Amino acid sequence: MASPLALILAVFLVAPIVMIVIVSFWGATEFSIYPAFQFDNYEFLFGSDVTYRVFLNTFKYASITWLFTLLIGFTVAYFLAFHVRSLKWQVALFLLCTIPFWTSNIIRMISWIPFLGRNGLANSALISWGVIDEPLEWLLFSDFSVILAFVHLYTLFMVVPIFNTMMRIDKSLIEAATDAGATGWQTLWHVIIPLTKPGIMIGTIFVVTLVMGDFITVRFMSGSQSANVGRMIQNDIGLLQYPSASATAVILLITVLMVIGILLRFVDIRREL
Amino acid sequence: MEPRPRSFYALAAFFTLFLVFLYGPTITIAVLSFQGPGGGLTFPMRGVSLHWFRDLFEQQAVGDIWGSFRRSLVLGLMVMVTTVVVSVMGGLAFRKRFKGSSILFYLIITSLVIPSILISLGVGLIWSQSGLPVHWSTSGFGAQLTWTLPFGLLIMFAVFNRFDRSYEEAARDLGASPWQTIRHVVLPIIAPSLIGVALFGFTLSYDEFARTLLTSGSYNTLPLEIFGMTTNVTTPVIFALGTLTTMFSFLVIGLFLLIVWWTERRRKRHGSDAGKGMV
Repeated sequence: MASPLALILAVFLVAPIVMIVIVSFWGATEFSIYPAFQFDNYEFLFGSDVTYRVFLNTFKYASITWLFTLLIGFTVAYFLAFHVRSLKWQVALFLLCTIPFWTSNIIRMISWIPFLGRNGLANSALISWGVIDEPLEWLLFSDFSVILAFVHLYTLFMVVPIFNTMMRIDKSLIEAATDAGATGWQTLWHVIIPLTKPGIMIGTIFVVTLVMGDFITVRFMSGSQSANVGRMIQNDIGLLQYPSASATAVILLITVLMVIGILLRFVDIRREL
Repeated sequence: MEPRPRSFYALAAFFTLFLVFLYGPTITIAVLSFQGPGGGLTFPMRGVSLHWFRDLFEQQAVGDIWGSFRRSLVLGLMVMVTTVVVSVMGGLAFRKRFKGSSILFYLIITSLVIPSILISLGVGLIWSQSGLPVHWSTSGFGAQLTWTLPFGLLIMFAVFNRFDRSYEEAARDLGASPWQTIRHVVLPIIAPSLIGVALFGFTLSYDEFARTLLTSGSYNTLPLEIFGMTTNVTTPVIFALGTLTTMFSFLVIGLFLLIVWWTERRRKRHGSDAGKGMV
């Protein structure tokens, strides 16, 4: 029964990874690549401080996005799970939060243009309120817009797992905390947050991996002015430098898997389903 | 009912703001896609017209929008069917431990978290090095499955974790063959979740960009076509296209929700207890 699954993953997941690892040792001319076993790609990668800066930038995007998606996602899930009283409304509002997930990310990125552009809604509103005299240049095509888009695209990856774990918290625990004299904040901090940790971890895994592996949001929202690792790989691909793209991809994969490995120590995914 | 605490109103306001944040941009481009012929990418509106939508339907519009839409639609359906079938089979298989089951489980997780550009690059390299032409229906199809299958499987795992096995045992005791048990007992019980898996399969494929980037060959899927437009189109025609595909996505989501609602209602009317096989 599991063989079709195993076959698909073998051909389209394992084989590509193996292929990338192999090609990362190959050589390249300007137009073609040739089989070899050399460490040039890695040497070049580790020898250039662009690499370190780009990786650092990737971590920066990941951590800032993580912080915002967690704060927003937790608050939204908390509202849905504990303040909306009927199941019908909970389901309806939850669906409203998840529907954008099933629509196109690229279109959702494009739709920020009329907001953030030089003559966009944000600038004209701020000017008409007298907050600024000149349109702000950093609204679009900057780190700000990149992170805004990330938060916009990926917050629901936090909402869904956190809401899921919150719905499974026994409500009598909260009553018990209240009866024992805990304030709302104390209940939140000592009861709800510890019990929600698995959901937070799963959400974190999603957000961190999506942001670290991204190249399209950074390319589009920064107007090609900032770089992350995915952009670096994509650049090399554009220049037909597949071996060097592969070497970067290998390092990226190792980094992502290490991060996941650490996060998985805090949660047993199979038990949380 | 006790009165709502003050925090409810603060949180409700926050939630409303979140929804505005979530949907605001989409609504804005929907409005802007009705720009008059002289209008630009931002406000103000210079008249209201269907000019940009008409542009989409005319031949001289850039690229091959309708061809790419057709391809995305076919590919989405292919991915959807495969995802449902393979996820159900995988879900059934994972109810027992089997040789390699934990490796396979970690592969599923890897498939979920691996940066999508790696799949694109790796599959593209394999195809090009073995001299095969990359095509959306072969390499592109497989590459997309690495994204939709983990979701389908995680849903199936969740479903089978809550599955009441005594129904199956009862069927077996009554002399049903393994296939009959699955066909007449298991599948009807899990049917609503299968609709969910299908929704994931179709929409994730329909909107997938990164994994198809290097694996679809010379015929673009719709997201690739749209992305191509972002670099060379500076008129609201791109908003019109965005609005149309978003409308299409909403239509598909609505259709799936309607099917779920309809099956639930039919069950209730027929007094079926198929949905009660979950614990």
